[in-house]
This record gives sequence, C-alpha cells and structure tokens, in this order.
Amino acid sequence: MAGFILKRLLQAIFVILAVTLIVAFAIRLSGDPAVMLLSGGGNVTEQDLQNIRQALGLERPFYVQYLGFLRGIFVGDFGKSFMGATPVSALIAQALPATLLLAFVSLLISIVLSVPLGIYAAVHRGRWPDQLIRILSLVGLSFPNFWLAIMLVLLFSIVLGILPPSGMEGPESFVMPALTMAIILTATNVRLVRTSMLETLSQQYIMVARSKGLRDRVVLYKHALRNSAIPLVTYIGLQFGSLIGGIVIVERVFNWPGMGSLAFDAISNRDYPVLQGAITVLALFIVLINLLVDIAYGLIDPRIRTE
Amino acid sequence: MSDTANRQSEALLSVRSLSVEFGAGEGAFKAVKDVSFDVKPGKTLAVVGESGSGKSVTSLAIMRLTDYTGGRITSGQVLFRPEGAEAIDLVQASDSKLREIRGNDIAMIFQEPMTSLNPVFTIGNQIAETLILHQGLNGREARLRARDLLQKVRLPDADRLLDRYPHQLSGGMRQRVMIAMALACNPKLLIADEPTTALDVTIQAQILNIIRDLQAEMGTAVIFITHDMGVVAEMADDVVVMWKGEKVEQAPVRDVFASPQHPYTKALLSAVPRLGSLTGQPLPKRTPVMIMDGGVAKPVGGTHEQNTADYTKPILQVDKLTTRFDVGKTFFGRVTHRVHAVEEVSFDIYPGETLALVGESGSGKSTIGRTLQQLVEPTGGTVRFDGRDMAAMSHAERRRLRQEIQYIFQDPFASLDPRHTVGYSIAEPIIVHGLINDRKARERRVHELLDQVGLQPQHAKRYPHEFSGGQRQRICIARALASNPKLIIADESVSALDVSIQAQIVNLLMELQERRRLSYLFITHDMAVVEKISHRVAVMYLGQIVELGSRQAIFENPQHSYTRKLLAAVPIADPQRERAKVRIEGEIPSPVRPVGQEPAIHRMREVEPGHWVAIEADSLRGAA
Repeated sequence: MAGFILKRLLQAIFVILAVTLIVAFAIRLSGDPAVMLLSGGGNVTEQDLQNIRQALGLERPFYVQYLGFLRGIFVGDFGKSFMGATPVSALIAQALPATLLLAFVSLLISIVLSVPLGIYAAVHRGRWPDQLIRILSLVGLSFPNFWLAIMLVLLFSIVLGILPPSGMEGPESFVMPALTMAIILTATNVRLVRTSMLETLSQQYIMVARSKGLRDRVVLYKHALRNSAIPLVTYIGLQFGSLIGGIVIVERVFNWPGMGSLAFDAISNRDYPVLQGAITVLALFIVLINLLVDIAYGLIDPRIRTE
Repeated sequence: MSDTANRQSEALLSVRSLSVEFGAGEGAFKAVKDVSFDVKPGKTLAVVGESGSGKSVTSLAIMRLTDYTGGRITSGQVLFRPEGAEAIDLVQASDSKLREIRGNDIAMIFQEPMTSLNPVFTIGNQIAETLILHQGLNGREARLRARDLLQKVRLPDADRLLDRYPHQLSGGMRQRVMIAMALACNPKLLIADEPTTALDVTIQAQILNIIRDLQAEMGTAVIFITHDMGVVAEMADDVVVMWKGEKVEQAPVRDVFASPQHPYTKALLSAVPRLGSLTGQPLPKRTPVMIMDGGVAKPVGGTHEQNTADYTKPILQVDKLTTRFDVGKTFFGRVTHRVHAVEEVSFDIYPGETLALVGESGSGKSTIGRTLQQLVEPTGGTVRFDGRDMAAMSHAERRRLRQEIQYIFQDPFASLDPRHTVGYSIAEPIIVHGLINDRKARERRVHELLDQVGLQPQHAKRYPHEFSGGQRQRICIARALASNPKLIIADESVSALDVSIQAQIVNLLMELQERRRLSYLFITHDMAVVEKISHRVAVMYLGQIVELGSRQAIFENPQHSYTRKLLAAVPIADPQRERAKVRIEGEIPSPVRPVGQEPAIHRMREVEPGHWVAIEADSLRGAA
C-alpha cells in the first residue's frame, strides 16, 4: 500500500508539471495583455506597450517566465495580478473556500440523493420505481447546467422571489448553485449506483446474508453498499474534475465569488499570473482528490489493502 | 389416513405440493411442480437431480429466499415444526417471522465457497453477526463463540482467523467458515446446496466428514442438495430424486440404489461413473448409457473394449518439462515469488492411447496441457511430437503442430463464439490451416463432422445459444476434429456436464478414438471418469508426477501415499459400502515459492514394469 501511494505521488508531480506547462504556454497564445490593459485609453504608442510589457516582465523569454512561475509555486508566491497588483495568492485565498464549499456541498447533496435512489432502483429493477428513477435521471442528464441555472433563477428569484439571484451571502444563497450542480451529478451517479448495486446484489454473499435473517436495510447498506463502493468512489474522484469545470459556468451565472469567476475574469483580461495560479491550484486539488480515492480503495476493500 | 397424519407429525419440515414459478404471463416458467417431501429431525434428506431439475430452487423456496430471485411460490405449504412448538407455514409467514427463522432455526450453506463470504468483512464479523442478531450476545461474547465455532469445524489458529478476510483463505477453509456460520445458532435444519461441488476431492471428503460429525453431535436435520450420487450414498438417509421440476422418486437411500423405481432414476444411476467398476480389467471400456426418451429409459451404445493403443512408437514425448510463472514483484520490479506450476515432468503418449493426467488444484495438470498447445512457454525441458523437437521447430512447423494437437476446453459455454454459427466455428480450423479451399467441399466436411459427433448437418446454420451444454461440447469436439489432429488435449472437458450427458460424451470420445486412432491427454480431477476412459494414468501433485502406470496398476495397486489418499477421498455411489476409515486431513500446499527456494525433484522408481512411483521421504509421507 505504501509503495502504491508513493507511485501515485510521483505520478501526481508529473501531472502538475504538465498542467502548469500547458497553461502557461496556452495563455500566451491568447493575445497581448498590454493591449488589453491600455485599451480604451485613447492614443497608445508602441512605446507605451513596450513599457507595460517591461513592467510585467513579459519581455523575458518564455522559459524564464515559466521557471519563475514554477519556483513561485513552491514558496506559495504566484506573483501579482496584472489588474491592480493584488498578490495572486490573496485572490486565490479569497476565492478558493467559496468554490470548495460549493463543490463539496453539491457533491454531498448528490451522494445523499443518489445512493438511496440508486439502491431503490436496483432493488425494484424493471418495476415502475426503477423506470421512473431512470427516466428522471435521463431528464437530469439532458439539462445543460447554464440553462438549468437560469431556469432556477427565473423560478425562485423572479417568479417566487424567495431566493437571492446571485452572490454569496448566507446559507440560502447556496441553494440554487448547489442544486444546479447536484442535479446534474445525481443524474449520473444514480445510474452508477444502480448498476453497481445490481452487480453486487447478484453475488452469492448477498443471498447468504439474507439466509442469516438480516433485515433488508442491513443487507443493502452494510453488505452490499460497501462492495459497490469501489466503482462509486472511482467515479466520484474522476467527476471532481468535471465538477470543477461545471462550477466555472455556474459561478458565472450566480455571480459566485469563487475560483471559476476568478479564472473567467483572468482569461478575459489576459491576466497571466492569476490564471496560471488559479488553474494550478485547481489541478492540485483534483490530483489530491484522486490520491485520496486511491487511499479510500484500501480502506474499503481489504483485498487491495493487504496486497 | 391416521398413518400419514402420524408420519407428518414427526416430521421437522413438511413440504406439501410446492410449486415455484419464474416470470409472468406467457413466458412464465414453472421451476418446481407440485413437490412434496418430509424431513425428519436429525436425519439427512438428499435431493438429487441434474441441472434444471429444480432442486436448488426448491432449497431456496423453503426459506422463501426465492422472493429475492424473482421466483413466486404459486401453491403449496412449507410446514416447519420445531419440537414442542406450533407448526408454521413458511409460505404464509410474515417477513419478520421469516427473518427470525432464517439463520436461527434453519440455516443454509451454498455451493460456491469462493463467493459466499462477503469480501470486505472479517471472518469474525460475519460469524458474530448472526449470533448478535439471533442470540442477543454482545460483541465480545459473540467473538468468543465465533472462535469456538471455528475450532468445531477444525480450523487451526481460530484466534487469528477471526480477524482475517475471506480472500486470505483457501476454498476449503472458506467452506468450513460457512459451515461454522450456518451452525452458529444451533439450527434445527441445515440446507446444504451442493456444498462440496466446487472443492477438490480430498477437501470434499474433509467437509463431508465435518458436516456428518456436527450433525450427529448437534442433532441437526440436513437437506443435502447434490447432483453427485457418490455424495448421496455417503451422506443421505432418504433420497428425493427430481427431474424437470418434479419429484419422480422418494425412498430410503439403500432402496434408491438397490431398486430404483422411476425410469429416470434408473437412467441416472446407470450413468454414474463408479470407482472400481472396471476392477480386474486391463483395458478401458465403453458401456451402454441409459438415456431418457419420451419418459422411458432406453439404452444407447454397446459394450466395447478400448483396445486401440499402439505401443511401438510414441506420438508425444515430454521430457523434464518445467513451467514457472513470475508473481510478486518488489517496488523496483524485481521478482520475489514464482509459481512452480510444472517441475521436470516426463511422460509419453502413444498412438490410440488415452493418458489421464489427474490431480487437484495447483497440481499443474492444466499448465501441461496449455504448454503442449503452445499457449504457455515452457521454462525448460523438451517436448517431441512425432519425433520432432518442438523447441527446434520453425514458425511454419509450429503452425502445423497446432493443427495436429487440438484442445477441448472445460466450459462449452465460453469456448464457442456466440456471434458465429456453429458451422463457421467448426470450419474455422479448416480455413485457418488452409486444408480445404473449396466452399462446397468444406461445407460437406462440416456436415460430416457434425454427423460424427451425433448432431445433424442442418445444425451448422444455428448459433451456440440454441444448444444445450452437452450439445455444445459435441460441437467443440467436432471443431477439434476438423483439422484431423493426432492428439487431443481434453482439459476437464466433461467435468461441468451432468452425469447422463457426461457418460455419452465419454463414449463419444472413446468411439472417435477407435475410429480415428486418436491419442488423448485427458486432464481431470475425477478419478471415476479416469478409470473408465484411460489406458494409463499419471497422478500429479504440486507440479510433479508422483505416480505413473497403467490404469489397472494405479487403481488396483496404488503405491504413492497421495494416490491412495486421492482414491480414498472419492465418494462411492454405493450406500452398502463401509465408509472409508482413513481420515483425510490437511490443505493442498501452494506451488508459489520465494525466488531461490527450488522444490526438491522426486526420484522415481519402477515398482513393476511400466509402473513408476516417486520415492517418498518420511516427512512427505506425513504431509501428503
């Protein structure tokens, strides 16, 4: 197990390196930040642009800039934003908790919904509760997240007027963004739980558990669920990546002050340091979550632990 | 009337006119039809039948576990009458009443020990669970009781076992844990559904002994579901024979064997291979098989001595064949352990001869077959086919060898491509080896082959799922014959078949041998089939041959302690026979060894012409 985790850690380092390199390179293809900064400022001379580039350090060769950025990661210094010179680390420190909170609340809601629903569908395989759950899941899968977000705003904020349409103030502001994410996650997770449970329920040890006289609840939630958990945990780990991707859009719609909004603005402004910093931190989290997933395997299944 | 009432009153369990159905409407399938029987306290009732007879469904229906498999009990009663209590009809009982009875008054052991324990909980946890649920023990008390139970089923080191997980135990050990779990609450009735079918024969003997001993000690009644008449003869007091969902016969065990009444029972018993049935006869023999034809048993085939072997020049010579696999690697990829699957094995096969390779799991018998078929690379040794060294062969020669050596696998369901017609599957070796290029001629050849294995030419256009297991194995044989091989490796090819089908396939193989002068390497664990089909026998243990000789020498004059143990462990389908006095103990050791620890190679001595036995060290004698 220790060797296994060590291997994964080594892999993680390469993943992070690759991500930073791609991000740093790709953003420099998107255009000149100096032009962006001076746009709308009347007459701009080539000399003005040159001065700005000098000030931002954009004159240096790419590898120098990149190595500087890499070194910064290790000391927690991502440089300063091109807009207003705020340290990037301060911006991330502000935005990261909002995003993580939203992500985990969404994930939690989705797990709480999809596990019992998926089990219920599996137990009633082929009968109407199963059909209904599968149809609802397909409907949920068909919603684009931005459309769902806008519809929720329309219903709860404009027609009913019971929830704030945007911002992050108080627990009620969580409801719509978290629900938007959770509905889409649940739609896939419920199917995964169902399939995984069906597979487990056909195993002989489930019949053995029933022959012992255990209650259905114990059979399903003790004996079956833990055996179904490996594919679930794997998928949730992988899902975390697309969850973060989805959050960028949802944060936009709800004006949520998180990493998504930060990254989005940074792209619009060609704010290299902020974007590099934001993406790197998010990539770190995704890698970390997947590392935790690998460790979770061992906790769930003794066959992996004792290998 | 009073007589039946009396008999009913002493029964612990009375199944009355039980019918079980799967599916609904037009597609409904009646798995059990109007079945009735009684189980007396402390006695063993064997329910026997072949696949599709409804015996397993019956066993599940007793505890209403069919509720969870989509089965419906459409009529009948299951009256459970524990001593001094009111009879309960389990068909009508509430869910909570059923849960009270399951695992407490009636417990069950299932067929597959590898999958009947939950892989993510410890052994201790799984046994204690029942005790906490039904006996109201607390965690610590339940653990102590669980330890006692493990000792009762003769598992060593019970204390440490409690904290182990199922995957760390062998199949035999897991089945003992299962028995401990089933007996935890002193049930009045134990239902055992093929509890030893998946186990090696020496392990089976141990498990049967444990069940018998504990039954006597605790006074438990047992319903023993099985297809193995040998096990029936050893275990049962009474027998119920099931066929196509119906009970066709019920009688005390001696009567069933001595004077079977129903034609199906007669057919079944005639098909059962009996160890010792060819004692005193030097050659294997084909004997007629009774098959059911429209409700009556009808004999098929005649008696032929299989005098086909030609001992002038061997077709296959295997000399010091060694096959090892690397397992277990360190972080840096260095090999730490190896499976010593085959170690310096030597034998010859002659034209028209059947050599049986027998042994239990891990003996290396299947690896030898795969090595000969070039599916596995040998680590050392030489294999000569028709005098040519396999290692020195060119690519083209090796291809040609694949044509001359064919393979029949164990599972006829998995070894045919479901998306191709049977005709295509049979024609494939002909196409691959470029034997017949003309389409029409090839078709004729396929039809000829189908005819030879007892199928119809028009079957060529059908798909595998349209055939039964026995028919599929015939198709696999036709495919193996397609390239005109000289040697066929049959790896457990009849083990998964019902005995009546098995007997027919064995006869077919012998008939084809006579007609085509085929040689067979017959790989199996089933000693009774070996006695019937083989000219010579090699007994394998932990990758080495421990005894090699004529069939008669091995069965009538076994010399090696392992051969004797193997023979003693086979259940004999004869209830009159004294039960074997030998107590068989011990697990089969693992062929996995750390790198650098080579196994000792046995030296062989010839005890009589052609009968070779490994020289045993005293330590080995004790262990085997």
